[in-house]
Amino acid sequence: MTFVQRRGFLVGAAASVLSARALAQERIVQPFANGERPLVQLPQKRPLIGLTARPPQLETPFEVFNEGVLTPNDAFFVRYHLSGLPSTIDPATFRLTIGGLVDTPLTLSLADLKTGFPVQEIVAVNQCSGNSRGFFEPRVGGGQLGNGAMGNARWTGVPLKALLDRAGVKAGAGQVTFNGLDKPPLDTIPDFVKALDLDHARDGEVLVAFAMNGADLPFLNGFPLRLVVPGYYGTYWIKHLSEINVVEGVFDGYWMKTAYRVPDNDCNCVEPGGKPDKTRPISRLNVRSFVTSHCDGQVVPETGSTELRGIAFSGGEGVARVLVSTDDGGTWQEARLGEDLGRYSFREWRLGSKLGKGRHPIKVRAFSQSGATQPLDPLWQPAGYMRNVAETLTLEVA
Amino acid sequence: MIRPLAILLGAGTFVLSIATAAQPVTFDFPIGDTPTELADADAEVVVNHCSSCHSLDYITTQPRGKGAQFWKDAVTKMVNVYKAPLTPEEADAVAAALALKFG
Repeated sequence: MTFVQRRGFLVGAAASVLSARALAQERIVQPFANGERPLVQLPQKRPLIGLTARPPQLETPFEVFNEGVLTPNDAFFVRYHLSGLPSTIDPATFRLTIGGLVDTPLTLSLADLKTGFPVQEIVAVNQCSGNSRGFFEPRVGGGQLGNGAMGNARWTGVPLKALLDRAGVKAGAGQVTFNGLDKPPLDTIPDFVKALDLDHARDGEVLVAFAMNGADLPFLNGFPLRLVVPGYYGTYWIKHLSEINVVEGVFDGYWMKTAYRVPDNDCNCVEPGGKPDKTRPISRLNVRSFVTSHCDGQVVPETGSTELRGIAFSGGEGVARVLVSTDDGGTWQEARLGEDLGRYSFREWRLGSKLGKGRHPIKVRAFSQSGATQPLDPLWQPAGYMRNVAETLTLEVA
Repeated sequence: MIRPLAILLGAGTFVLSIATAAQPVTFDFPIGDTPTELADADAEVVVNHCSSCHSLDYITTQPRGKGAQFWKDAVTKMVNVYKAPLTPEEADAVAAALALKFG
């Protein structure tokens, strides 16, 4: 490796500086056209796949998902929308406000939040709405991501319900909005604000998280607070969360009313190249599964038995079954599921398979507890969200 | 509470210690370079008008061969939705340059 790494330091009472170094010495190629990307190392992160520099967007190299079902903080993907990012965050003066249609508006320091309310943990997948967009055919505009804009972490924080109950939600409230310290570079650009229905916001599972995997949130993952919305796409998981407002009716900001919409039908899809008649805000993750133990085109020695391994997840129903085919979908075998870290988590699967010499198209397909599964052929929609086709990779036994 | 936070980078090559929870954290965000594909005179209008709000890899990572309308739509969205401060003539020039480069 030729990455130059910069050493951080403890600096008495002064600010510590996390200096970015875009070290594009190594490049990787995503398996779609125009898929060459630099490996980039930003502070608190290992070298990750660079999509954009400003604002920074980083994708997790897929082999990380074979390290375990919890994605390490230094490998967790990064996605921002707008480049007016906070250059300095002072945890001592940082405040979270809860306002709008409440009896008692709250202004909370980090200490208030951590000591004045119940603290909960949940393991949950955060997946970008546009994860895997680069695989859409026909191709669509937007962040051209491979499969690495997802991660699974143990989140620690205060239930949003506890904050809303303390503030006292007034009659007539419809939704709750969330805003972070990141701002648009121009005042004319709509600020990135998202909303959840009040009942969802008060379900007891949505968290205002201050830690992931037992450590402070990395700066690029929302330090010092982010919203955790288990089962929902990452667009709702507001980073650097600083402002919560209870509003009447349905919030009509750009990022809810116009952006992040999916076809309002059962498949959330349209004919390739088509346009939906009707849309709704994107919401729950659909069910997905991946092989993590091997990569497409890998050559493995003939040893009698090859253990295949991977991950599966859903939008909160929980993973019921994972089926694997080693003959391109002709026959399917049930994989063994690993430890259950909760219905919002990645679930490991394993299957020992006897593969003779030759090329073997391997398919994996998960089923959620509610019976939802992955399509065998890809679905399409114009924004390139929610891809969940049953993945295929080819192993060559030599 | 003063609690040093140790963060392991890479494959255990070294430990970066950042400030304690009570100290401000400053992050030097990257700016982004001008990609080679946009470094010539034809692309000057793109560099001048687009890079004030975002790095230019937003452009170069897009799929190729989508046609002139793809780029016109992208520039129109920047102007109409995000109010990018371009005159109609400037917007046309940016869209034309992108179509020429990336089809």
